[in-house]
Amino acid sequence: MTKYYEFKPLNLGRWIVWSLFALILAVMPLLFTSSLSVTILSQMGIAIIACLSYNMLLGQGGMLSFGHAVYTGLGSFVAIHALNSISNGSLPLPVSLIPLVGGIAGLGFAVLFGWVTTRKSGTTFAMITLGLGELVFAMSLMIPEFFGGEGGVSSNRVIGKPFFGITFGPPLQVYYLIAVYTFLAVAAMYAFTRTPLGRMLNAVRDNPERVEFVGYNTQRVRYHAFVISGFFAGIAGGLGSLLFEIVTAEVVGAARSGAYLLFTFLGGATFFFGPILGGILMVIAFVLLSEFTKAWLLYLGLIFMFMVMYAPGGIASLIMMNLRVAAFGKLRTLWVSYLALGVTFLIVLLGAGAMIEMIYHLQLDSGSGDAVRFLGVTLHARGLNSWFGSLFVLLTGFGLFEVTRRQFKLQWGEIQTEIEKEIKRRETA
Amino acid sequence: MEFFIISMLNGLSYGLLLFMLSSGLTLIFSMMGVLNFAHASFYMVGAYVGYTVSRLVGFWPALVIAPLVVGALGAVFERLCLRRVHKFGHVPELLITFGLSYVILELVQLIWGRIAVEFRPPELLQGPVFTLINHSAKGLSMVWGAAPAEMCSAADAAVRLVCSPFPATRGFMMLVALVMLVSVWLLLTRTRIGLVIQAALTHPEAVESLGHNVPAVFMMVFGAGAALAGLAGVIGGSTFLTEPSMAATVGSVIFVVVVVGGMGSLSGAFLASVLIGVIQTFAVAFDYSVGSLAAQMGVQLSPGAQGNTLVKLTISQVAPILPYLFLVLILIFRPKGLLGTREG
Repeated sequence: MTKYYEFKPLNLGRWIVWSLFALILAVMPLLFTSSLSVTILSQMGIAIIACLSYNMLLGQGGMLSFGHAVYTGLGSFVAIHALNSISNGSLPLPVSLIPLVGGIAGLGFAVLFGWVTTRKSGTTFAMITLGLGELVFAMSLMIPEFFGGEGGVSSNRVIGKPFFGITFGPPLQVYYLIAVYTFLAVAAMYAFTRTPLGRMLNAVRDNPERVEFVGYNTQRVRYHAFVISGFFAGIAGGLGSLLFEIVTAEVVGAARSGAYLLFTFLGGATFFFGPILGGILMVIAFVLLSEFTKAWLLYLGLIFMFMVMYAPGGIASLIMMNLRVAAFGKLRTLWVSYLALGVTFLIVLLGAGAMIEMIYHLQLDSGSGDAVRFLGVTLHARGLNSWFGSLFVLLTGFGLFEVTRRQFKLQWGEIQTEIEKEIKRRETA
Repeated sequence: MEFFIISMLNGLSYGLLLFMLSSGLTLIFSMMGVLNFAHASFYMVGAYVGYTVSRLVGFWPALVIAPLVVGALGAVFERLCLRRVHKFGHVPELLITFGLSYVILELVQLIWGRIAVEFRPPELLQGPVFTLINHSAKGLSMVWGAAPAEMCSAADAAVRLVCSPFPATRGFMMLVALVMLVSVWLLLTRTRIGLVIQAALTHPEAVESLGHNVPAVFMMVFGAGAALAGLAGVIGGSTFLTEPSMAATVGSVIFVVVVVGGMGSLSGAFLASVLIGVIQTFAVAFDYSVGSLAAQMGVQLSPGAQGNTLVKLTISQVAPILPYLFLVLILIFRPKGLLGTREG
């Protein structure tokens, strides 16, 4: 179904895409120069590596892991201990190689734990990874020598003499280190999908029984993929400890593992670039959305459930589906429906958002009066009018949304059948 | 001796509570192939709904109403969300219940707040159900209810006298769990609807062609599983704490129970819940560490080794990780679980 545009001897499309990616990584901090945005961009780079390494399990191997933070987190801890050893002179290593130390640590722990977890697949695998995640998190509070107890382990990344002026003191230098690692890791993980092991991993996901008959050991294929994924997760963890210079026990916690799962899925597990979108979204949600509203986890959960039900391929699949429609020149007929869907959805969001914000206000800071500022309108959390108004907006929006959705579904189905016909016609022609 | 009996009973009651949860999870899993990640969230909703209802009409009606409410919620969720993703396969099913667990946690915090609520058991269940009295001269004896103060204080200083009460809530927890176990078993094996459920488990198409509504059966089973979790929530919430983190604390343990017992095996889930309940309760009570054991056996450790955290860790500190260690060991030595029949 997918068609690769390959030009020989030089694969032009690929060169363009990857140069563009490198260019974006290089130019972004010049466009967003404030120190907050440089930190956010750095976090995005780390999240991209982490989500891609997670997708090696979820998207490519069909392994739903609830404990991926174990490998990023333990990578972080080993990396920060290595950083401390460098600063007290017992480890002769440049600071720029610290993420690799984290990667090797992640690989080591994946070799150890993966041997147990990859014995199973499917739902059992999911539960075992959950159990192992809990095990490591509980251990982190038990062994303060390694995990630093409640306060965590802190360090300082500015060590030794400047190397060609690079001290890793300014955040921008760290950003560029992260950008280089991000580029290399993304390229390496893309290359992995093209290796025989990567292809076998897809086969193990789709039809393990048949793979066994062909003569491969599915357990070993899963294990190898798990170990490689652990390596890249560890790199992300090591970069994280360089960026924040402190590692606390929450980096191995279940909440972090859940976030990787949520955002990798939201970005789209079926396409290689999906987790990149997911990683970017993750940082936006954690840093910006959590500032904007206290109820962000609720919105996140609702969006996630909605996506699982209606768009199981994530945002990436939505983009690809529309690109297909556009390639056949049919996007023009759809934009009115998109506009209607968008507007009605906004109305629903407006009503629901007003109510959720009012409840949160009552729950968390009702001491400061009952006035809630919501998008420039002052609502009264104890007044009947505000509640009635929001409910009215919500119900109206929902009714209109349902009508447009049904309309859109019909239209979408028609267009898809037209495209199928067109493809058939071209094949026979 | 009285320490052993009381700890054993505490462990059993905790294990039976775990079984109330894991039985619903196992039933849903073996019927629909869905691992309900939000099962512990239904437990939490049961506790909170039970709390609210018990404030309005009392604890005993709440014991009936809360499971019904939670069961209805579960059935609605199955009808509206789970059935829609059923055709996509098992991983999206797991994912949607994962999303639900986030939403439920946030909604619970939205409605009842982020701190623990005071959910007290009724008057009848507040005292001890019996008290064990260990008299160094007269031996062990038992009194129903709380022991009178004069029986617990020795007049003579040479006599060692220990009173160990066993709380009524825990006794009630065991009673409810056992009643529930027997009634679920009778329902599944002795009634017509139970036979339909068992048949739909293995041959859904055949059952459907015989004129039974299999999706409705699935909805009912999911609702019933959620209701069992809700019942466990009312009892667990009033015995322990009713707080937003209660789902997370129990959630991962019941998944361990289901894997250790063998996926989809009800008797395996029973065995594993009781085992894990007892192991965890006993571990909390022991204060031994590698270091103190070595000292008792007369092994002299170097000062460096004595300062080591691993040597100083006591069994009670290790207690939280024991279920997970157990899980890993089971997977290495018996991958299909204690009483499981299938690998995979």
